[in-house]
Amino acid sequence: MPAFLEYLGHSTRISFTKLGRASYFLVQILAGIFSLLARPRLLLKQLYSVGVLSFLIITISGLFVGMVLSLQGYYTLSDFGAEESLGVMVAASLVRELGPVVSGLLFAGRAGSALTAEIGLMKATEQLSGMEMMAIDPIRRIITPRFVAGLISMPLLAALFSAVGIIGGQMVGCGLLGVDEGAFWSQMQSGIDFKDDIINGVIKSLVFGFVSSWIALFEGYDAIPTSEGVSRATTRTVVNSAFSILGLDFILTALMFGEH
Amino acid sequence: MDNHVTPPNSLVSVRNLSFSRGTTKIFDNISLDFERGKITAIMGPSGTGKTTLLKLIGGQLYPDQGTISVDGENVHQLRRTELYNLRKRLGMLFQSGALLTDMNVYDNVAFPLREHTHLSESMIRTLVLMKLQAVGLRGARNLMPNELSGGMARRIALARAIALDPMMILYDEPFTGQDPISMGILVHLIKSLNTTLGLTSIIVSHDVHDTSAIADYIYVLSGGKIIGQGTPDEIKQSESEWVQQFMTGAADGPVHFHYPAKDYVDDLLSSGKRY
Amino acid sequence: MQHTSTQDTLVGLFVASGIIGLFFLAMQVSNLSSFVSEDSYTITARFGNSGGLKIKSPVSAAGVKIGRVTAISFDQKSFESVVKMNINSKYNALPDDTTASIFTAGLLGEQYVNLDAGGSETPLKNNGKIEITQSAIILEKALGQFLFKSAEEKK
Repeated sequence: MPAFLEYLGHSTRISFTKLGRASYFLVQILAGIFSLLARPRLLLKQLYSVGVLSFLIITISGLFVGMVLSLQGYYTLSDFGAEESLGVMVAASLVRELGPVVSGLLFAGRAGSALTAEIGLMKATEQLSGMEMMAIDPIRRIITPRFVAGLISMPLLAALFSAVGIIGGQMVGCGLLGVDEGAFWSQMQSGIDFKDDIINGVIKSLVFGFVSSWIALFEGYDAIPTSEGVSRATTRTVVNSAFSILGLDFILTALMFGEH
Repeated sequence: MDNHVTPPNSLVSVRNLSFSRGTTKIFDNISLDFERGKITAIMGPSGTGKTTLLKLIGGQLYPDQGTISVDGENVHQLRRTELYNLRKRLGMLFQSGALLTDMNVYDNVAFPLREHTHLSESMIRTLVLMKLQAVGLRGARNLMPNELSGGMARRIALARAIALDPMMILYDEPFTGQDPISMGILVHLIKSLNTTLGLTSIIVSHDVHDTSAIADYIYVLSGGKIIGQGTPDEIKQSESEWVQQFMTGAADGPVHFHYPAKDYVDDLLSSGKRY
Repeated sequence: MQHTSTQDTLVGLFVASGIIGLFFLAMQVSNLSSFVSEDSYTITARFGNSGGLKIKSPVSAAGVKIGRVTAISFDQKSFESVVKMNINSKYNALPDDTTASIFTAGLLGEQYVNLDAGGSETPLKNNGKIEITQSAIILEKALGQFLFKSAEEKK
């Protein structure tokens, strides 16, 4: 029993110091944003590796998720004779939940893990400390551009995911299952509110982008600079990002949609 | 306490430095001086914290006690911007080269110039080609770091370290893992850069032969203490058994072949419980 | 330099498609298009019971959606439900003797306000009041009345 308590106390202390390091790291990242504005090329390069390279996986997944939603939704709704509501069902699930959450999880898996591995290896090969010795702040030069790129990419990716998903849902619903196209769109438009649904979805994806980029970069920067350390850090990035996204999604949903 | 008189020509002076990692004392109250325009070597077996000393001089680590001053400035009392300004005048050659893997050789050497100066691209081109010429790798400018051999990577890193015309270069184990030819090239480069550019060099190494060939002064460290110092000739003549063992590479001597352990016979006869 | 310019193009394409996606969500998927740059005016109506009417419930006339409910409050003096509605300025010729009733779309559908135009010549103004209203039909009440009636008839 005392051993267990000691273990508990020890891991609590470890988690708190890690949280402290992560917060300080975040402050340093944010402090670098202004100087980044003067060098848009750095940001552009990261938008490429964070955003463009995630484009394909996001759009293809979005398409299939939308198609499956439409298929599943149709069979449930047709039991109540409410096939016309297919559009609003597909759109609401995508825009409010699946768009931000699934694209956030895919982002963590595709871009987040790559970021952690990249930063971790840069640390292991002394590139970061080499930069420091060249009087170049690696956080400003390396970390902040990647963070901002994640922050910009995530809402765009989530919007793409939802848009492509809705088109996929429409293709299956109207093309394959014979739902009236007019009803599909008009029910959707009357059921989806711009502020409550679209804007809240964008806010969610911004939050997820913030958190998963932060986690990915911190795990890389904080990784033990060996191949095993980097591989563990990469795993932690995916696991911690997934937990944070799902947990935050619950909190945000409760705050945003709870009152209606 | 401070019984060392700082020589007037000292660029870096380390005073009463103590540093520990966890419970291990890496440096125990040591004082060293590195003279301007000279090549000073720090030698000692692996794991004596030679790299740590370079990181302390560069301000990447903080000492537990003692001071380090570079060109009259106390490294660990500088503010961040002042420290960065100081580092611009230092070059450091890492053991792995630490080249940025996402850029080619040319961009790697141009990197500090682009970050710290507002020179035009044509000026940068001239400077980069000059530095690459100095290390003999002007023809390799379009290669990526993963296409370079270890020795070439180190030479590129050297070109990058001298890009901003520093006053001092810190070499971290420059000879480790090199074939005889690249070793010879590096030895020659370090020596010639030092004389032609008027640099001050600090070499951390455990390679006895090549280091003593170019060093003007040698410190031998072990167990957190300085156990020998002097010109290469003085070191070779040293009466310290320890220094002799290190210089000649004998397997046993004051430094034991065995890692500290309990008595061999006892260990073999004990129950085999894991400790 | 070839490499950087293709990278730029791809980043440009990515950002553009993301923005198009957002725009698509805003205009095609949500109700934003039915509000954008359209002025509206406010009218109020008092109901004895506004039933399941909610903020943002539609307001329609002759089956065409012309506005939305913006506020529902309870008047402490008259014990009535005060419903505020925003009507699109395009439809500015509703007469001041218009009747407002609360209907249900289908058996299980949501409730909405239906406006029936009267015969008056003067149109409703901004902040105008609708005097004639018909409350929401409460299913339990209606059923209760029906059962009570048929029981009386049997006597």
